[in-house]
Amino acid sequence: MTMVYDDLGDEAAEEFPVRKIRFTINGKKKMAEIEPRLLLADLIRGGVGLTGTHRGCDTTNCGACTVLVDGRAIKSCTMLAVQVDGREITTVEGLASASELHPLQEGFRQEHGLQCGFCTPGMMLAAKDLLDRNPDPTEEDVRWAISGNLCRCTGYQNIVKSVLWAAEKLKAGEA
Amino acid sequence: MFPSRFRYEAPRSLDEAIGLLGDGGDYAKVLAGGQSLVPMMKLRFASPELLVDINNVPGLAYHRTDPDGSLRIGALCRHADLEHSGLLKGTQPTMAQAAPLIADPLVRNRGTLVGSLCHADPQGDWASVMLALGGSVIAQGPRGRRAIPVAEFVTGPFQNVLEHDEIAVEAVVPPATGVRSGGYLKLERRVGDFATVGVAVALERSGSVVARAGIALTGVGGSTIGATEAAAALSGRPLTGQTIREAAELAARAAQPRTDHRGSAEYKRNLVRVFVTRLLSGVSASSTAERAA
Repeated sequence: MTMVYDDLGDEAAEEFPVRKIRFTINGKKKMAEIEPRLLLADLIRGGVGLTGTHRGCDTTNCGACTVLVDGRAIKSCTMLAVQVDGREITTVEGLASASELHPLQEGFRQEHGLQCGFCTPGMMLAAKDLLDRNPDPTEEDVRWAISGNLCRCTGYQNIVKSVLWAAEKLKAGEA
Repeated sequence: MFPSRFRYEAPRSLDEAIGLLGDGGDYAKVLAGGQSLVPMMKLRFASPELLVDINNVPGLAYHRTDPDGSLRIGALCRHADLEHSGLLKGTQPTMAQAAPLIADPLVRNRGTLVGSLCHADPQGDWASVMLALGGSVIAQGPRGRRAIPVAEFVTGPFQNVLEHDEIAVEAVVPPATGVRSGGYLKLERRVGDFATVGVAVALERSGSVVARAGIALTGVGGSTIGATEAAAALSGRPLTGQTIREAAELAARAAQPRTDHRGSAEYKRNLVRVFVTRLLSGVSASSTAERAA
């Protein structure tokens, strides 16, 4: 993984030192040298090269860049990459195993939870945060949980169905 | 978008953080949840030279009730912690109702109540809630700790009374003098938008009489508005159709709304009247139900 920055000369480099961080992303341990102003979304997309985390509005409105940090869904455009030092990140690429889709991904397929797909990774991770906290959500719970994620295609109906499908599947798996 | 360059420090203790702020000169900022600060830095509305990230300082993520009944909320207590808090549901109706209405679920996972008070956005919801509850902010600096009532904490839009080397370490809600009731109502065009109008009502009652009342308004002025006359109209009196009408009218008069893309001044003023009426009527109805039960 390589990050390339402007060479500011020695003086500026001393004033704004690059920081070394260690983090785990989708179970893999990583190290990076970054400018403190690098956003988490850019570390994930440009640094690690995982482009499933989308950059939508870039103004903390749309939720397309949602990832999990230590299990909680957050907007990666609104967190500094340097803050994930020592923490664990899950992106949409970390949901499926090599051979099997995650029940959330399967749910989105079964219930036609996406059209253009741009919001989908964020939707899935916001939904994962919900299901980890509340394995038996109502429709209202689901709508509430994804209320920070915008979708301009589906009208949300099928997204809600997809998440409820996944909740059923996960419950059945546990029984 | 990305912020301009800054020096970043992630201290492991409050003393270290305060020391860094002291050395940091005029333009150092404390980073807690960052849900307002980071967007402002990306837009270059804020370009701090030094960012002191307090997320690695242990022991700040709490909210708890002290033996004397006061509620303490640490600087790293996230909105989501308050939203899912059993403690608040049982003891702090106004806060419990406000917590799920802050921004959106993703922002609530990161943002903090104390940070929201410090940010001092005139449209911040927590400022109204804490003002209605008569809360204060505890600041810690090299000269020790001091308590600042929320009513005196904010000096203007995005301005507070903290010295450059002080950190707001917690917010405190004083013990109730009676049974707490109340709530927070907010009209927003969509989740995550600022309030078109928000109203916080915090009552403490002995029997049917209101012992203490706090009413505060969001989004209807250049700052959070404490509707003190409306609150005074309830103190020492029972909630009746008459007192509720009076309080709602006085609160509507205290509002200083401006016509903008969220609605006309007249509309917003009327919403204040409606929200105060609904909140007080809700309290009145639930206490009648309790007595009947």
